[in-house]
Amino acid sequence: MTRAAPILEIRDLLKTFGAVVAAKDINIDISRGEIVGIIGANGAGKTCFVNMVTGYLSPTSGSITFEGVELVGKGPREVTHAGISRSFQVSQVFHSMTVAENLRIALAIAENRGVNALRIMESDALEAKCNDVLKRYKLEDYRDMTVSVLSQGIRKLLDIAMAVVSEPRILLLDEPTSGISVEEKFDFMDVVMGALREDNVTVLFVEHDMEIVERYVSRVLAFYQGEIIADMSPDKALADDKVQEFVIGKRH
Amino acid sequence: METFLTILLDGLQFSSYLFIVSAGLTIIFGVMKILNVCHGSFYAWGAYTAAFFIGKFSDMGMPDAVGFLIIVAAAIAVGVVLGFIIEQGILKYMYQRDEVLIVLATFGLFLVLEDIILIAFGTDPYFAYQPMALLDSVEMGGIIRDVYGLSLIGVATMVAVGCWFLLNKTKWGVILKAVIFDREMGISMGINVPFVYTLTFIGGAILGGLGGAYIAPTISVAPGLGTEVIVLSFAVVVVGGMGSIAGAAIGSLIIGILRALAVHELPQVELFVVFAVMAIVLVFRPEGLFAPAKPRKI
Amino acid sequence: MLRDTTSKVVLFGGIAIILLGAMMPNWIVNQLMFGFSRALAILGLLVLWRTGLVSFGHAFYFGLGAYTVAIVDIQLGVTDVFIRLLGGAIIAGFAGFVIGFIMRNYRDIFFAMLNTAISMVLYGIIVKTESLGSTDGFAISLPTIFGIAPETKYPLFVIITMIAMISALAVNFYLKTTVGRLTTPIRDNEIRVEYLGFSVAHAIHLKYTISAVLAGGAGALMAMSLGQVDPDSMINWTVSGELVFITILSGPGNVIAPFIGSLVFEVLRTYAFELAPQAWQLIVGATFLTIIFFLPGGIWSLIAKLGRKNS
Repeated sequence: MTRAAPILEIRDLLKTFGAVVAAKDINIDISRGEIVGIIGANGAGKTCFVNMVTGYLSPTSGSITFEGVELVGKGPREVTHAGISRSFQVSQVFHSMTVAENLRIALAIAENRGVNALRIMESDALEAKCNDVLKRYKLEDYRDMTVSVLSQGIRKLLDIAMAVVSEPRILLLDEPTSGISVEEKFDFMDVVMGALREDNVTVLFVEHDMEIVERYVSRVLAFYQGEIIADMSPDKALADDKVQEFVIGKRH
Repeated sequence: METFLTILLDGLQFSSYLFIVSAGLTIIFGVMKILNVCHGSFYAWGAYTAAFFIGKFSDMGMPDAVGFLIIVAAAIAVGVVLGFIIEQGILKYMYQRDEVLIVLATFGLFLVLEDIILIAFGTDPYFAYQPMALLDSVEMGGIIRDVYGLSLIGVATMVAVGCWFLLNKTKWGVILKAVIFDREMGISMGINVPFVYTLTFIGGAILGGLGGAYIAPTISVAPGLGTEVIVLSFAVVVVGGMGSIAGAAIGSLIIGILRALAVHELPQVELFVVFAVMAIVLVFRPEGLFAPAKPRKI
Repeated sequence: MLRDTTSKVVLFGGIAIILLGAMMPNWIVNQLMFGFSRALAILGLLVLWRTGLVSFGHAFYFGLGAYTVAIVDIQLGVTDVFIRLLGGAIIAGFAGFVIGFIMRNYRDIFFAMLNTAISMVLYGIIVKTESLGSTDGFAISLPTIFGIAPETKYPLFVIITMIAMISALAVNFYLKTTVGRLTTPIRDNEIRVEYLGFSVAHAIHLKYTISAVLAGGAGALMAMSLGQVDPDSMINWTVSGELVFITILSGPGNVIAPFIGSLVFEVLRTYAFELAPQAWQLIVGATFLTIIFFLPGGIWSLIAKLGRKNS
């Protein structure tokens, strides 16, 4: 466990939609390099949390500090520029373009900031980077196929790969294995986590499958009704009474 | 006092025929999510059909009162025939496509229907004043008004009440509202949505035709009739909220009275003011004043 | 910049047309002038169409460009073709830039209709204002080039063709830049584009402004080719509809497409009017429906298919 200063500090996060409390009393510190699993029943507030950290939703109150910089008030674009990326529960990709084209545009946006956006996009350097990403995420066979004909699994891989090309320091994955068959889940996560480990990215991922959680994370955050009911290592978390009752659903 | 009454009545009459047409447009949009550009054609066809037959029947020596029957018959005929052909022949195949593409298709249909009018009815204007002459005029508040024009207000009111009744007091209304809010849920609840679509389109077309048919005796029915009415009813539907009959009513009133005011007080802004209001509403409240609530998906 | 096939075709095709034009009869030169002028507006609409946006009101910018030429001619006595063109393009472009701040937040039907509303406001103003020509419009004096009044239409034709070439090359270049590439991605998934780090609003604003400049230039050139302006052939919503029709007819596949589509439109219009003046709208409408149903990629998709068969 590193003792370095946390790169993500969340204090007293609160989010209400009228009378509905979607998130309450969220206090977390995340350190560089951690792999954190976020678990909880549907509606517990996990995606809401991800939406707030990435700037898609504004918290009602509280603060989110990333490498010392306050993120609350910034939109998804600025959060991405700051160094936090996310993948989506339902893969958000450009369905009428090919896999390679999707990656190229993601790379181009990340690399050609500001005035550079007015320069020609294609270049040998861009192509090389694109090939590199295709290789690391084992997408080479699909590079020239249009996304709309591809399976969920490939789309999710692409979704994650696109989030990673901006070289984020924190990556939030929202249910990366949902929609992927049980047999393929582990291979999928092996590819993803293997690629991510190379870059020493801090990863938080929302997941329902406890086996995946156990295998890949070093720390678990359990959500229930908008609050964090457990924040501990996987084995302790899965044995915890509250987690058992409110997340896994075991009754005593 | 006289001018005020004149402006008010002119405005109400203008609002009335705009409402009848726009009610059809807005219900088609609400249920089918289609902005039907060829609605202007229903109006034009209604006007031409009514004018043509009123003229013919009058030549045959029939009493002028028959004109009213012809107007209703023309509206129904236009709505049923054109509405059915268009919905079953063209629109049915486009429902899964981009909504803007469907609008473009209805624009293409509008162009086709406009020329068919030219071919069928020729370019000379038609005058079918008989029903209007029959009702004569009346003096009120110091001015003289055609009773026919006042009857238009009555017809619009009947249409409004009829729509309100249909939507709020009948089973059909419940079905329509269900399809407006969520087509897929409607299907899974067992509603025959394709049938609802066809009926809605025909109903909207009948209203479009009725607007044209009823106004025919008061104007010279000439080519280009549909072009102006479309953009005006777009303006109404935008201001009132797309898919809301109450919105179409309020929108028609606002635009009708504004237009009457402009015509009498400041003619230079007559055209401009309507579209300025449309632009302002789009900028500040794009859903319109009365848009049906849209649940947020995801 | 001139490496790709499209640029080469534009360059050499353009030069060929300029040279051939010297030998062609006047009526062909006229058709080409009208077609190429209008094609500039279609170029702008092509960029928007790729981004998933259809404007039903670009006659606003087209008309602004045309009327600017009329006003600088009548009020200021400006006859130089370049000043007139720049005037039209800049005024329209500026209007587009300002309106773009609002327009960039609209999509689909609302985008189409807000453009319609704005264009009809201008239409309403001009139709009811005597000093702006009302429904009659204005006649425009012949343009001069560097102070010289040409005796034939040929010099104007050359200039229009050159402007057309430059515009096509410029848009072709733009579409290859990073921001220019953000057409299909925005159409497919705006949220993802934002999350990748690019402002969709900024991208759309830029495209909208470009389309306004192009439409303004188109209107200016058209006004000079026709020798007159009037609201019904330049600002009414039916004109916007025509522009959209030509855009769909041409297809979004390539910057050359608008020129082909516009020429087809010109030829169609001329012959349809001669053969059956009552049937012009019917032909346009029927063609519109045919393209939407059977050839959504427009004429260009046919050409591209032929090209593939031969390669």
